[in-house]
Amino acid sequence: MKQHTSIFFWLLLAPFALWLILLVIIPHIDMLGIALREQTAPREYAFSFKNFIEFFTEPLYWRTFMRTAVMSILATALTLLIAFPVSYYIAKMLRGRSKSFLFLLCLIPFWVSELVRTYGWMILLRETGVISNALQWAGLVSGPVELLYNDAAIMVGLVYTSMLFMVVPLVTVLESLDDDIIEASYDLGGNMWTTMRQIVIPHAMPGIVSGCIIVFMMTLGNYLTPNLLGGKDSLWFTEQIYTQFITRFNWELGSAFGILLLLLSSLIVWLGLKLSRQTLTSTMT
Amino acid sequence: MIPSISQPPSLRWTYRAYILLFYIFLIAPLAVVATFAFNDSLFPSLPWNGFTLDWFTGDTPQRLGVFSDSAMLESVGVSAFIAFFVTALSIFVATTNAFLFERYDFRFKEFLYMLMLLPLVIPGVILGISILISSNSMANYMDEVFNLEVEFLRPGLVLVILGQFAFITTIATMVIGARLRKMDRSLEEAAYNLGASKTAVLRTITLPYLRPAMVGAAIVAFLMSFENFNTTLMLTSSDSPLTITMFDRLREGSTPELNAVSLLLMIVSGVLALISVFVQKKEDS
Repeated sequence: MKQHTSIFFWLLLAPFALWLILLVIIPHIDMLGIALREQTAPREYAFSFKNFIEFFTEPLYWRTFMRTAVMSILATALTLLIAFPVSYYIAKMLRGRSKSFLFLLCLIPFWVSELVRTYGWMILLRETGVISNALQWAGLVSGPVELLYNDAAIMVGLVYTSMLFMVVPLVTVLESLDDDIIEASYDLGGNMWTTMRQIVIPHAMPGIVSGCIIVFMMTLGNYLTPNLLGGKDSLWFTEQIYTQFITRFNWELGSAFGILLLLLSSLIVWLGLKLSRQTLTSTMT
Repeated sequence: MIPSISQPPSLRWTYRAYILLFYIFLIAPLAVVATFAFNDSLFPSLPWNGFTLDWFTGDTPQRLGVFSDSAMLESVGVSAFIAFFVTALSIFVATTNAFLFERYDFRFKEFLYMLMLLPLVIPGVILGISILISSNSMANYMDEVFNLEVEFLRPGLVLVILGQFAFITTIATMVIGARLRKMDRSLEEAAYNLGASKTAVLRTITLPYLRPAMVGAAIVAFLMSFENFNTTLMLTSSDSPLTITMFDRLREGSTPELNAVSLLLMIVSGVLALISVFVQKKEDS
């Protein structure tokens, strides 16, 4: 390693420091400052917890907050349940070309804009959409059915959008599990379920935790999917933030909401890391 | 559960059917978006009225195709402009970050690396509003103290570029840093022993070695910028980039022109994705 005093070190530190301080640290300190103030007269502000008190006293706000948290946890669990068998199939059942082909096929939809993916679900789910028509054609329903603008539609969209971020860490961790260990488990009299529970899942735990953390964060901060698939009553917390900032121009309350969302996200991530004894750096790389 | 352990055929086929269903789930939304781009109807829904290219080439007000829709084309230009600057800025800072963290030891290195990862953990909407708040208070300060109206600190292209640059740099740093970590240092030492200067080694040995990672990271950065929605939504003004224009159209009720735009987007991002996978494959060998 080089000496600290080298001019190159300072030349490399400068862009890093400028980027991080100006675009990440100062803006968040400013946001906290605005969240903790109250307008007392035109252009006069005072320190106050008013915005946070408003959040806890107005049921619409904290209900939306809780609802976003619960639905994000549910979406994370569903994504894990759906992705695990698929990742296992790719990592353990396939070899060579078919393996890389199916893995790549898993990735390609996510290179496409989230807007396009969500638009696809709208075409599938709406009253005049593909699924409604297919159901009528099959004689299962007598008239058009509206499948859009409800919580199930939001859930489908969220799970779809998160899939990649679960499949990649799961495939990586499952590939590192030696086939011999699974065979040994069978030789010792284990069946499919005991092998799953005692060998595969404990081995896959780091991947499960990484996937869940990333999916949860992305779902919590999502705006497009609940907004387009859930319609007017989607009640997602990021929509509240948008409303306060852009429609109502109440930046103080909007900042307080932003801080609360950040706190919730950090708390769940921290819990996940503690429970699995991992660090943020190891999860992300 | 692995190919070498025999399972009842019924279980094997159920597993395969599940995998097939999963891939249908993955492809369906993209397939319908692409298909309805060619439907000879005013709405992107069934019934199928026959094949047409109107939504690409049409130029009547009723059937405006992508290539004649000047507002749409203009927003593609805006997006490309933003993506170009975001890519250039983030690749530059990511490269200096990679050297900083892979080649130097300094106090608080672990902590600073964790700070470097932060933008990935912060929801896009919040990153957007925090930068909005900061730049706005800076603009107000300039106005009050120096009586200067600093236009670029108000919502608009510059803020969108800064907002996307804030988090895309983290992703690019991870890609370039991983490549630099794998480099064999003896290559550089050999060049020093042969009398090369520091800049000559950088230009002829280190940077060429990093090039595949830099190209890969640049493709990812460009795509992420082009497709970004959450951060952009909070920072944009009248010159709206493509995702914002598409979002507005979608809420007004769309014509299949939107499908045509989406299909073109899918093709471009698919090709770019394949190039970046190819570049990384070459990097491994």
